[in-house]
Order: sequence, then C-alpha cells, then structure tokens
Amino acid sequence: MKDIAIVAFTQSRHTAEDQGLNETELLLPLINEIKEQTGVSRFDFTCSGSCDYLLGSPFSFVSALDAVGAWPPISESHVEMDGAWALYEAWVKMQYSDEVQTALVYGFGKPSQTNVRQVLGLQLDPYYLAPLGVDQVSMAALQAQSYLARSGAKEGDLTAIAARSRADGRNNPFALHLDDPADDAPYDVAPLKVHDVAPQADGAAVVVLATGDKVREISERTGLKPAWIRGIDHRADSHSPGSRDLSVSPSARIAGEKAGAAGVEVAELHTQFSHEELILREALDLGENVRINPSGGPLSANPVMAAGLIRIGEAAALIHRGEARRTLGHATSGPCLQQNLVAVLEA
Amino acid sequence: MPTNHVLEFPGGYTRSVGPVIGRFLSELRDGRLVGVKTREGRVLFPPVEYDPANGHEVTGEFVEVGPSGTVESFAWVPEPLPTHPLDRPFAWALIRPDGADTAILHALDVGEYERGAKVPKRLKAGLRVRPEYRDERKGDISDIKAFRPEVSMTNAPTRVEYSLQPGKALDRFFEGVAEGRLLGHRCDVCGKVIVPMAGLCAKDGVPTTEEVEVADTGTVTTFAVNNLPDPRAPEVPFVSAYILLDGADITMLALVAGIPADQVRMGMRVKAAWKPREEWGPTLANIRWFEPSGEPDVPFETIEEYL
Repeated sequence: MKDIAIVAFTQSRHTAEDQGLNETELLLPLINEIKEQTGVSRFDFTCSGSCDYLLGSPFSFVSALDAVGAWPPISESHVEMDGAWALYEAWVKMQYSDEVQTALVYGFGKPSQTNVRQVLGLQLDPYYLAPLGVDQVSMAALQAQSYLARSGAKEGDLTAIAARSRADGRNNPFALHLDDPADDAPYDVAPLKVHDVAPQADGAAVVVLATGDKVREISERTGLKPAWIRGIDHRADSHSPGSRDLSVSPSARIAGEKAGAAGVEVAELHTQFSHEELILREALDLGENVRINPSGGPLSANPVMAAGLIRIGEAAALIHRGEARRTLGHATSGPCLQQNLVAVLEA
Repeated sequence: MPTNHVLEFPGGYTRSVGPVIGRFLSELRDGRLVGVKTREGRVLFPPVEYDPANGHEVTGEFVEVGPSGTVESFAWVPEPLPTHPLDRPFAWALIRPDGADTAILHALDVGEYERGAKVPKRLKAGLRVRPEYRDERKGDISDIKAFRPEVSMTNAPTRVEYSLQPGKALDRFFEGVAEGRLLGHRCDVCGKVIVPMAGLCAKDGVPTTEEVEVADTGTVTTFAVNNLPDPRAPEVPFVSAYILLDGADITMLALVAGIPADQVRMGMRVKAAWKPREEWGPTLANIRWFEPSGEPDVPFETIEEYL
C-alpha cells in the first residue's frame, strides 16, 4: 500500500443563513487559498462530493468545477455523497495510478436553499420508505430510541453531548456559535430534542492529498507536518431499517477494525445527532481517554456534504499542528448511520 | 435575491417493482400482508429480492403474516411535517407482524389530536398493533393509512338514577343547612355531639333527640391529596379532609380549598365557604368547601382522639 498523506486542509466559516453566495462562490476562495498554501496550481486528480438534490438540478456539481479551473481538461471525478467519499476515491486512484501524486478533494453544500430533512428522505428506498414521507430526523429518532432502550442511556446523556459539542464549537472560528441547550428545549422528533439535531449550515471544505516527493515538497512550503493515512475503510449496513438492529452499527465497527481505530488519541465523528456519538464510541471501541470532536463536531455546525470531509480534515489538522500523533476521522452516509467511513491518521 | 425553483416529476416518478415487491403490493391492495421466505426459512417483511443477511436470492415462497404485529421501536412526532402521512401527532414505528422475522417502518396512529402532544404513555416497545387500510387501495405502501393499537380496553356508559330517602334525622339536618345552620344531636349516654345527626348514637346504640347547633368553623384532623379530577373540586390536585367542626365530636368529610394542596396540615383551622344565600337548598353543597381561617394551628393532642 502506497503511503499517502493529507498535506493541507481548509474550510469555510460555516453559516446558518444564506450569505447570498452560490456554490461556486462559496468554494472559489477556498480553492485559491489551498493553491496558495500548497504552491500547487494544478492537481493530478480532482474529486468532489456534493448532493444535486440540495440545489434541485441534475449535474449541478459540474458548475462548481469552475472554481477549480478545469481548462485545459483535468482528470476529475465526483461522488453524490459527502466529500469524505471523494477523498476515499482519490486515495484509491493514487494507490493504483503512479501519475497521480497530488489530489484535490472538496465537498460543499448549501442546505439553506431547501428542506434537507425532506430531501434526504427522497434518497430512501423508493418502494417502502420514500412514499411514506419519512424524513431524516424521524429516521434518526427511531435509532435514538432503539439505542436508549437497549443501553439504558437517558435523554440527559444526549443533552450532555450536545452541550459539550456546542461549548467546543464556540472555540472554533469556523463553527456556528450556539448557546448551551435550553432546559426546556422541545422535542424535534422524540426522543431527540432540538439541540440533538446537528444545525445545518452552508459551507465547504478542501483537502489536499499527496504521495511520494510531493509530500515533503508541500510540507516544507506549508510548515505543517503531513498526516499519513494509515488506514481507511468504509462499510454499509442493510438499507432496510426493519431488518437490522438500529441500536448498533456493525458497519462502523468493521470499518474501524479494518482502518485500525485502536489507539487513537482524538476522534472526529460525523455525528449529525447526539446519540450517534454513543453508538459510534461503542462500535469504534473508543475509550474514555479518547477525545471526541474537539472542533465541536457537526452538532455545532453541519455543512451538509462537507461535514464528513471536515472530520477527516480536523483530524489531520491536529497532526499538522503537532497537537496529536494518531487521530481518527469518521464520516457517515444514509439513514441511521447506514454507511460508515473511518480514516486513521498518524504523524 | 433568491429565486423560487421547484423540482417535480409531474404525475410522479414511475418505477417497475419486479416480482417480489410486486407480489407484496398486489396482496396489500387486497388487504393482506405477505412476507417472503429466505433459504434458511426466515420470513422477510416487507419482502425484498435478496436476503440482507447474506445476499442470497430469496425462495419465492410467500407467506401471509400479521395482521397483528408488535412495535419494536418508535419515534414520536409532536409536530408533523406537511410531507408526513398524518397531520396530527403520530409515531414512526418499526412493526414486526406476527410470523415475520423483520419489521416494517410505518406510521402509528395512537389517536392523538393535539399538535405538540407529549409522548403518550401507552407508546412502548411491545405495543400490539394492526394496520388500518384505506378504503380505496391502489397497490402502494400508503394503502395502509397507519397502524393502530389493538383494542385493549372498552368503555361502556354507566348511569343509574335513584330517589333517595335521607330519613327523618337527616331531613331535619338538611332543613338546618337550607338556613345556613349546622345541626347535630347530643347523646344522652356519652354526651358526644353527632353531626349530622342520625337519630341515634352509633357508639351506645341509643336514640338521640337533643338538638345542638355547631359552628361552621373547625379543624382539619386528617386529609388526602386527590389527583383525579372531580366535578365538585376547583382544580387538580385538590384536598379532601376530615374536619372536626367546633362543638361537634364527629369529623365531617369536606373539600379544602383556598390553599395549595401541599400546604394543608393536620391541625389547620378552617371555616366554611358558603355559596351565595340565594343558591342555598337542602343540601351540603351549600358549603362549597372549607378555607383556612387564618387562626393558629391547634396542637396534635387536641385532635388525636378524633383520628
């Protein structure tokens, strides 16, 4: 397996309200910033992750390529998923193509333009689930209830996770700065209260992967330590919520084992709902000494389709700055933690 | 400035369903639930083409399941979205019909009508439910309007009328009450004053005739806090108390109001709150309830023998 490192990461200052920018305008300053930072103006491979349904027009991701500068034609790909899966595709491409020494990976989303919980419901099984009109938060609440019933955890445990995430988020300039959960906060879909649901935000993130000599070259320029990808794996559970035990996440467990989750100091988890942290902690076997989401995580800013890539970026940034030696980035896709990706990074 | 943009497939998005899901939807249109058997003999419901456990093709043997089923998990929607199947609070539930090994996700209607309602107590894993079908079915998953709890209770109207004869002694008592007086009898043998009088002393078994008027003030000897509503009480919780009227030797059961339920005390002094005079009749309902009189509490020893 080829050694590949995350050598640069940047993200937007995520906002809860529309800032009057379109997707390309959101992305352009970040792409320019990362080109400046790395000194690379054309990457050997480019891969993006986004969701056309957020804008409601097919191939809307293509216009975002304008921000990259795609002429003369570049080698490019796209996943209709969170940017974390674009990173995975780029990593695979680099494993098998000696011509690819640098890769630009980005994810972006503007949930402010539509009703995301409803849009994500359209991605469900079109025979048994989508026609019911079941939305993303309702699906998550079913999983939360299953977990609480099985584990004996209480709703207060979920609130504590939201409170810690919001407190950490207030120290993160890129996150939304949210107040502590209110004592009388109402339910969204019970047992999830409003603060247990990650606050949607408009935002984008960019990561640069490098291998071979390019790692040293770029690191010397940025002054940041490379974050080596020691393991990366993704797995999926059955799409039918009634045919699996929602209180556990076998796909996260296997992805964690394959990626080598044991022994990490920090884990950035793509928790779009408070209870997911508890399920993932268990699945990834993260002990009490593992710090979860020091960035505040998605519970303090959830730029849809970028939030998973940001977890890997934040985990890498801790290594870039020399603040940790072994970290984990996690991303999820689909209802009720159906699909999980785990990346383990090392200094 | 944002512009409005609608993404819609006019008339909906048409999909072929294949033999497995097609069989399920056809049976559903006829009002039956069927699952499909896996090679290992498990029954997948709703049926899918491949066993999610191992990817093997299913057998093609369909079996009827339900209609009763068990709720395995649920999520309560206090404020339904416009896209939800019900426009009032309901639960999303994973329901495993009898005879099936997997569950279906569907709406569960527990008969809650008030938006924002709290999670109903009866909504629990293990709740037994059945589908409620639409009258006009067309062969899709919403042919089931929602699942509903199985019938576990019934409620029959109960009302009987009587014409009661209070008896001579009580008639006299009510005559007094109609004039705002509380009357009793003193027992010739033990000397105790019995209010309301019964024309006899239950202790000594002798007739009583000596009429005595007692005060409409008294002392709470003991009390209970009631949490079930009662048409006579001002609110819930309310307090019912035994009150020893000044001059009487037998306590009387009455409501206590004008004070929060958790502040009522044994030994507390109270006075009757009468209805307006024009509403009086030969009934104890003339006294709405007793209220604190503001006098200091009496020591426990003075009420001890009346408990």
